[in-house]
Amino acid sequence: MENMPLLVLILSSVVKILIIVHMLIIGVMVMIWAERRVSGWMQDRLGPNRVGPQGLLQPIADGLKFMFKEDLIPNHVDKPLYVLAPAMLLVPALITVAVVPFGGSITLFGYEIPLQIADINIGILYILAITSLGVYGVVLGAWASNNKYSLLGGLRSSAQMISYELTLGLAIIGILMLTSSLSLRTIAIEQGAYPWQWNFLIHFPAFLAFTTAMFAETNRLPFDLAEAEQELVAGYHTEYSSMKFAMFFMAEYMNMIVGSAVVVTLFLGGWHFFGLENIGGPVWSGLISFGIFFLKTAIFLFVFIWVRWTLPRFRYDQLMNFGWKFLLPVALTSIVVTGTLWITTGSRLIVGIGNVIAAFIVVSIVAGLLVMNKTPEPAIQDDDSRFTPTALDAVE
Amino acid sequence: MNPEQILFILFGAVSLIGAIAVISFRHPIYSALSLIVTFFAQAGLFVLLGAHFVAAAQVIVYAGAIMVLFLFVIMLLNLGTLSVKGAMGSKLKGLAIILGILFAAEGIYIAVNALNDTAVASAEPAAASVTTTTYDIGELLFSKYILPFEVTSLILLAALIGVIVLVKRERQEES
Repeated sequence: MENMPLLVLILSSVVKILIIVHMLIIGVMVMIWAERRVSGWMQDRLGPNRVGPQGLLQPIADGLKFMFKEDLIPNHVDKPLYVLAPAMLLVPALITVAVVPFGGSITLFGYEIPLQIADINIGILYILAITSLGVYGVVLGAWASNNKYSLLGGLRSSAQMISYELTLGLAIIGILMLTSSLSLRTIAIEQGAYPWQWNFLIHFPAFLAFTTAMFAETNRLPFDLAEAEQELVAGYHTEYSSMKFAMFFMAEYMNMIVGSAVVVTLFLGGWHFFGLENIGGPVWSGLISFGIFFLKTAIFLFVFIWVRWTLPRFRYDQLMNFGWKFLLPVALTSIVVTGTLWITTGSRLIVGIGNVIAAFIVVSIVAGLLVMNKTPEPAIQDDDSRFTPTALDAVE
Repeated sequence: MNPEQILFILFGAVSLIGAIAVISFRHPIYSALSLIVTFFAQAGLFVLLGAHFVAAAQVIVYAGAIMVLFLFVIMLLNLGTLSVKGAMGSKLKGLAIILGILFAAEGIYIAVNALNDTAVASAEPAAASVTTTTYDIGELLFSKYILPFEVTSLILLAALIGVIVLVKRERQEES
């Protein structure tokens, strides 16, 4: 890449950006269709199947409808922030993808072009930094709406993000210790071609913790307290209509796609699959590696939908307990165990086994402590004591 | 003017405008947002210096975590528009003037020194091309700066324990 002329560098970057951004936007439309069809399938009904073959053009019809709806701005909102909030949610979702490596490299016209928009040496920190900004869109949208249900949604969302971001950051430290690099490309290359070499086996508890925290960060169903319909109308986007609502919607799905891509890169071997990515010439191998990455991400996105239509929503105190008392200790343990075992034995197998055993012990201890502390509670017979002070009390 | 200088002026201007906006907005939410803009511009300045890790840490810690807590508290307490007279009063005006003059003098002193010192000006392009990696930072933290690093960790641990003790005591009194 160093000896590439500036013009080629700029041109290839622009082409890559255009392709990836368009794939993201089309991906959002496909995901909306897939979500409705899969949910229909899981609930033994049809889902949208009228517009186009298998209902595939339904998202376009929805998009048109969104565009032609009246863009209503209520009188009681804080106008600048109300307009800004959807963009503040959408932009972080879009720019996170810049550092995700979506394939090996492709050789065109004598230049080797890496299939990644920007390979910066702090790649994973960039992702953590940008995803942590997504919450502003939700919080500001909620506050600017000047509506108590929206505000509750925003408060819940910010508390949830702060709690689960910690797990998100700590769960990847084990990987960073073994790869000794923050670059996503290096992390993907360091995992070998075969599934048993991938990080999700070496860091299995961290993988589960990271994925769970990822679900929470994207506000998906077991964690969608911010827009719990039964309690908060529609949460933070109650007052939004037309394209502004559509932008919130798009950002959610874009976050899902980018989140899946990050999980695939960090834990599921990136674009590797049984050496298939090395077949063919310099052009084909690049395209095949891209295809493998694409398929892995698609499979993980299906898991997102699957979880959403399988698990019921957490209660707010359960959400906080789960984040702080289970996920965080598991992530912390994985750091200690990975570091110790890697220094003493240097074997990935032992690190993998040790991680699972340690996580099991920690979860058992926490669960035991929780059960022990719970026993005197029925004697008090005070319903309020079961709930920690939450946002709900303060606003009321 | 090379691209780096243009970017420096851009980020510097944004960070200054953001900082002024923090104190000029009457509404705390807008002030907090301006502060986030300032943090971002400063992260950009760090990137220009080749300190990518510091830039990322700035965004993660300040813009991503601390400011979310700020917003959370502002929204939780439902703070309205603050009137400067009511909140600050004229008692603090004298103190503000003294501190302002001191700070301005400091800034002018640094600026004059930097302009006179040709060594700093000539060394600048060389320094800008050096990129500090996380590897370098880790190496320095665990060798040369091991004592400050450990002391900082201890202070943070003490703060953590202090917070837990304070919160626990309150809970027991309630029940």
